Amino acid sequence: MEKEFKFACKKSHSEPGPGDGGRTGSWRVLRPIIDYEKCIPAKKNKKACFSCWLFCPDGVITKTKMPAIDLEYCKGCGICAEECPTGAITMVEETLLIMEKEE
Amino acid sequence: MYIIESGNVAAALGVKLAEAAVIAAYPITPQTPLTEKLSELVDAGEMDAQYIPVESEHSALAVCIAASSTGSRTFTATSANGLLYMNEQLHWAAGARLPIVMCVVNRGIGAPWTVWNDHQDSISQRDAGWIQLYACDHQQIIDSVLKAFRLAETVSVPVMVCYDGYILSHTYMPFELPEADQVKKFLPAFTPEYFLDPACPKNLNTVTLPDIRPDVRGNAAPGYMEIRHNLHTDMRKSLDVITDIEKDFKEIFGRGGYPFIEPYRVNDADYVALCMGSLSYHLRDVIDMLRDEGIAVGVAGLRVYRPFPDKAIADAFAHKKGLIVFEKALSYGNQGALFADVKAALYAKADRPFVRNYILGLGGREIQTSQLADVLRSSCRPSSTTTDTPEWIGLKL
Repeated sequence: MEKEFKFACKKSHSEPGPGDGGRTGSWRVLRPIIDYEKCIPAKKNKKACFSCWLFCPDGVITKTKMPAIDLEYCKGCGICAEECPTGAITMVEETLLIMEKEE
Repeated sequence: MYIIESGNVAAALGVKLAEAAVIAAYPITPQTPLTEKLSELVDAGEMDAQYIPVESEHSALAVCIAASSTGSRTFTATSANGLLYMNEQLHWAAGARLPIVMCVVNRGIGAPWTVWNDHQDSISQRDAGWIQLYACDHQQIIDSVLKAFRLAETVSVPVMVCYDGYILSHTYMPFELPEADQVKKFLPAFTPEYFLDPACPKNLNTVTLPDIRPDVRGNAAPGYMEIRHNLHTDMRKSLDVITDIEKDFKEIFGRGGYPFIEPYRVNDADYVALCMGSLSYHLRDVIDMLRDEGIAVGVAGLRVYRPFPDKAIADAFAHKKGLIVFEKALSYGNQGALFADVKAALYAKADRPFVRNYILGLGGREIQTSQLADVLRSSCRPSSTTTDTPEWIGLKL
């Protein structure tokens, strides 16, 4: 990674926020991203498969035709991506997403 | 003005001149007279500072960490097992980037108990992220305390000023007391780049995740590894800062001028004895003696151990025939820590000197002039080679 980050502070100093109290999404290093072109229930428009919903240890994926991931709580373990039979879920580095946001 | 005082009082007067605002310390031999002097100065109203008595060294440094976080100029002092008891807080102070200054009055570590001098206490803390300065006499103690505050506050890294227990701490010697107006010019009031303010609460040094993350405003906040890299980078940059500070100090006070290596008869020497602390001044007498015998040897006192001035060492000694490293400490199971560092610093030089290692004076074992002269006579020969195992001086087996 060649890019240099512009950090607000080079030490561990930060402003108080609402607190992470259980909002485990901030622990995540990798973010799951669903490709609905490959996702079985999304593609077939019917309630089917839901392997991601079944295997998610934190219960943060909805059992809906367009499965949605609650990023406030998803820890980024990657089990959904591992279990998805069509390989519809990709784990993307959060760092890359922060970089994109900065640009 | 010249005064005659002990090394501990020299340190205390340096802290007074630096106008430290908070002092927390726990007495331990041979540091005790230093903290006693500071408590007397505060009690007598000669220092406008808070002296906070504590029940342990761990608490002493914890108090300093809290005080320094609020932007106060903060000082503590300890020795030997007291320093080790601070260990967890030592790493914390460095990681939190707090410009605390601490005198370490060097003493051997128990077990078995010893109260006498060696360097194992501060050397064992070399990787805690603190800058380490070593003083050779009382003048250097008081001067180093002033330089330490300026250095710590410039680079946001805590600084240890190390000096030999008893040999310097309890002996009396004349030294020049810096004038207060000169000190003010050299060491301006501390203006922290950031400090804890009840009106504007902040999180300091919270659990930091392995990777970077957005802060509460959505800006990228560094992860643990970036924060550690910053500490290392700033430690390396502090080598330049130390050079600048030494130059300024010399301009204002007319003393010093040797930021890393203080040489004595080194220029025309083929062989150089290298060590830290008061021993480098003791060795000057030995060098004079050997010069009279026709041996081209000099002595260099290393003033900064961390950050390690590797380039200064390589530049100063790569063209010499031999380096003899004397150490009052040991990396057990390996060799002298300074010895290993010096060899690493010279490794990139194609034409490097042999380097030998002598361990001496542990737990206050007397160091005799004749012993130093003997090992230098036997080492300062073209046929000498680099050793991996240190030899011990004065060991009675």
